[in-house]
Amino acid sequence: MEENQIIENCKVLIIGGSAGSLDLLVKLLPLIQNISFAMVIVLHRKSGEDSTLEELIAIKAKIPVKAVEDKTQLLPGYVYIAPADYHLLFEKNHQLSLDTSEKINYSRPSIDVAFESAADAYGNTLVAILLSGANADGTEGLKAVKKAGGIIAVQNPETAEMPFMPQNAISNLTPDFILDMDGLLDFIKSINS
Amino acid sequence: MIDDRELEVLINEVFEYYGFDFGGYSRASLKRRVDRLYQMDGFRSFPELLSKVRADPDYFSRIIEEITVNVTEMYRDPLFYKFLRNEIIPILATKPFIRLWHAGCSTGEEVYSMAIMLKEANLLQKSLIYATDVNGEVLNVARSGVFPLRLMKQYSENYMASGGKKDFSQYYTANYGFAKFGEDLSNKMVFSQHNLVSDSSFNEFDLVMCRNVLIYFDKELQERALELFDNSLGKLGYLALGTKETIKYSSIYGKYEQLNKEKIWKKIK
Repeated sequence: MEENQIIENCKVLIIGGSAGSLDLLVKLLPLIQNISFAMVIVLHRKSGEDSTLEELIAIKAKIPVKAVEDKTQLLPGYVYIAPADYHLLFEKNHQLSLDTSEKINYSRPSIDVAFESAADAYGNTLVAILLSGANADGTEGLKAVKKAGGIIAVQNPETAEMPFMPQNAISNLTPDFILDMDGLLDFIKSINS
Repeated sequence: MIDDRELEVLINEVFEYYGFDFGGYSRASLKRRVDRLYQMDGFRSFPELLSKVRADPDYFSRIIEEITVNVTEMYRDPLFYKFLRNEIIPILATKPFIRLWHAGCSTGEEVYSMAIMLKEANLLQKSLIYATDVNGEVLNVARSGVFPLRLMKQYSENYMASGGKKDFSQYYTANYGFAKFGEDLSNKMVFSQHNLVSDSSFNEFDLVMCRNVLIYFDKELQERALELFDNSLGKLGYLALGTKETIKYSSIYGKYEQLNKEKIWKKIK
């Protein structure tokens, strides 16, 4: 693990997760406020049209949640949640685009797709976190973020409800940070401050 | 991986050689699609891809086929179809003749979904569905009405979730792993190639459907397409888009009224 690395030019924090991640987010989000970057959450979710996930996160989060539609403008200070059944992509003019192409890692939204696209658009102003899950999605995406100069953090698999996803990342690359719940909270609070 | 500059070069070359304009396509998605093609076809360098494009018109067709996204399903978003079935089709029923345009119909699964609903409302005989796509290859599949049998379980569930009450399997004949939909359905469809980037309106319709196509366009091209749809709709006609698409940022917005949370707007001016 690295020493206290200071992150000061973050434009976007992207968080990817699958099984077991929602519980963690529901605990984390009430403790975070006033962010100076956009927070984007990409969770594996059931396909379907309901907005239960958005509503749940909106209730728990202190930061306002913006519904994502095609070409939604990404603004600092808000949380954005990738909708079900679309891949989430990032345009260089700070708009979000949606894409219904083939599932990747059996998933749409795929964390790899969102991370890779965010890495391409935001380079070293991107911070990515990968949480709990039972799927290999996210590892390739983290590699792309790292390659583009971004910072990557992974939930400590020992503290993850489903360790496979963060463990797969750690086995295939070296994250800047490996963090438990408290560590993740401090990490997010430290961004740009 | 190709870079941003190379992507722009490719867009320009394709336009110059074949007159096909990807200029208004959303870059994030377009880049992914080109990268995917680049890897699938085993190119070793960008210039190699470029010379292939210039020298081989068949390869240009492949580009159109592979870059445009053709993921679709029957009764995709069942609640959307339920709304069409319960709220829109009864209003269309009062017309002497019903004209529909499905723009960007891909392999046609949603066109057949619509035709089945019209049939169940006893309206198919007086309906005509124009179904268009920029990709000629997918239209051949759509015309044939033949889809993989393994997908029928999911489609049947979607159909029921959309309010369908019949036995879904009555609409197709199963054979060698394929399901062929009846010609009574396809007889009421007219398939043709149409490009929302460069072609114009060709008729007036009671309902224009274009679902999950505008997401691949930038806002400027979305505006062009929406104006084209507006020019193709009579007063009190309906415009239906994908679940995450909107006309909110378009100049046509003031002429339309959204019907409920499904993405269906009624032309009121």
